[in-house]
Amino acid sequence: MAASGCRGVRSILWKYGSCGKNFCLSRSKTVPQLPVRQICVSSSLWKKNLAAAGPQKFTQEFIDKQVEEFEIGKRHLANMMGEDPETFTQEDIDRSIAYLFPSGLFEKRARPVMKHPDEIFPKQTAVQWDAEGRPFHFLFYTGRQSYYSLLHDVYEKILAMERHQDKMRNKGLFASETKQILLTGSRWQLKEEIEEYLVENISDHGYMRLIQLLEKLLSMPYCSLEEDFILKFRKQLEVQSSKHEIPALQHDPQGVAFSVADGRRKTAKASITLRDSGSGNITINGRNYLHCFPLLQDREQLMFPLHFVGMLGRFDVEGSVEGSGHSAQAGALRLAISRALLSFVSEGEVERMRQAGLLTADPRIRERKKPGQEGARKKFTWKKR
Amino acid sequence: MMKRSLHVCNKTRDIISATEKILNFPLTQPDYFHLSELFTIKDLFEARVHLGHKKGCRHRLMEPYLFGSRLDTDIIDLEQTAEHLQRALNFTAHVAYRGGIILFVSRRRQFGHLIETTARECGEYAHTRYWKGGLLTNASIQYSPGVRLPDLILFFSTLNNVFQQHVGIRDAAKMNIPTMGIVDSNCNPSLITYPVPGNDDTPVAMEMYCRLFKMTINRAKDKRRQMELLKGISASV
Repeated sequence: MAASGCRGVRSILWKYGSCGKNFCLSRSKTVPQLPVRQICVSSSLWKKNLAAAGPQKFTQEFIDKQVEEFEIGKRHLANMMGEDPETFTQEDIDRSIAYLFPSGLFEKRARPVMKHPDEIFPKQTAVQWDAEGRPFHFLFYTGRQSYYSLLHDVYEKILAMERHQDKMRNKGLFASETKQILLTGSRWQLKEEIEEYLVENISDHGYMRLIQLLEKLLSMPYCSLEEDFILKFRKQLEVQSSKHEIPALQHDPQGVAFSVADGRRKTAKASITLRDSGSGNITINGRNYLHCFPLLQDREQLMFPLHFVGMLGRFDVEGSVEGSGHSAQAGALRLAISRALLSFVSEGEVERMRQAGLLTADPRIRERKKPGQEGARKKFTWKKR
Repeated sequence: MMKRSLHVCNKTRDIISATEKILNFPLTQPDYFHLSELFTIKDLFEARVHLGHKKGCRHRLMEPYLFGSRLDTDIIDLEQTAEHLQRALNFTAHVAYRGGIILFVSRRRQFGHLIETTARECGEYAHTRYWKGGLLTNASIQYSPGVRLPDLILFFSTLNNVFQQHVGIRDAAKMNIPTMGIVDSNCNPSLITYPVPGNDDTPVAMEMYCRLFKMTINRAKDKRRQMELLKGISASV
């Protein structure tokens, strides 16, 4: 049966027992035979279920081809714009596309875009099993292999640490005050960040479980051994005070240090010059502040930044302000004085001022009046009938 | 041309017959992998495999496997256990020899890590977490269309955390997947293909089962690799 007429070597892999004596050589089969289980199926299984197919999948060759085309296109674009193809960055590409294809569309995502294919095509998980159908990961059948394998690893580390502890206790070298990991200034990564790291979806309960396990690891005496592993799941918080722009300290021809800063509140704009080695005089728009602000509350607002840092009698304040009403002008001046003070004050004091709220611009503005109502919030009289 | 193709077809036929022999010959032997030397009844006794639950927890269908009860605690008949365990290990070894996928399942949190480690060391798969409904029955949608299901499922404890039968037993029976289960005196052995009556609560007993299954699977895989090498040598000769 098999002898005559076959050309070339056909290698056939039979994984499971063939049907004994009466098997036949099939010519084109190179795919391994999977076991045939007699299961009754309905026609709905044969028909292509379009809805269940999920999002469109792109093959790796297709994406590689797109990457190639993108690189060539980038070089063409650089030549067109008369720039150097070697040092053509993504910002240059965006600029060139905006110039060549001007679009008046409001929706930014609908405008023409030229980006690297990795940013356009969604990331897909590669095929999870080998040629014989055996999955690569030992927890594949759980459905959430990366998450469960992470839990498995953390628990493994906890057990290893307990064994280490027992060993040290046996030797008599157990020290309860071992090196602790510094956790201040960092927070646990959020659920979204961990989902990104694992390329898998986690439930809220699952995220809580992971954090509990990591906290348990941290509570053990010898946790410093696994410091690198734990810090992978902590995110450093930025120091907020480093974001503030400190105005440059300038010097008079006489050698007196001064700094200039601006402030705004509602529609009032203020500009302040803070001069060192003064005697606490405040001049606004050329007049003494007592004339500008007869109300005590406004004068207190001006005093507050200097009083807070304890430098009341040290500076001479010279300022100009315009717009809005007396209270808003006082607020604008206060913000300007606080910003000008930053250049005379230490790092710790800057953080204290930030926490006191002196450096935060007040975002409240007048709310617009809406049609169908008397004012911004006030409604017309409501009549039942 | 004809002569060459004839010679080539002869070689293919030899390869096929050799593969056939490798796959079919072990099935003719009762204990091809010599698994009876892995454990004795004394080992089972020392690992406390004979200890069941109290009389009140006894399942009616487990009564044939029980030796009796002492001070209200059910004692499992170790001679029957040894027979069933031998059969189960033999079947596992044959499945591993033929390259089948084996899935270790248990829902006991106490032994989850141990079972996952055992599975990883054998090169097989484990599932000791929450069992999602359509894992086996809805596999082509939960995973990708071309997924291959396990060929044998080993239940190291057939009950889940609420003392009900594990969903996997019923699903495996629906999908025609053979199962092996360590059935304690409060479990239902009816849907399991190779039940092994024994204790599933003591750490010593669980460690012993994990060790036995790991040794059988490794033995079977090594034997297969050996046979493939021999076939390669004889084919090239």
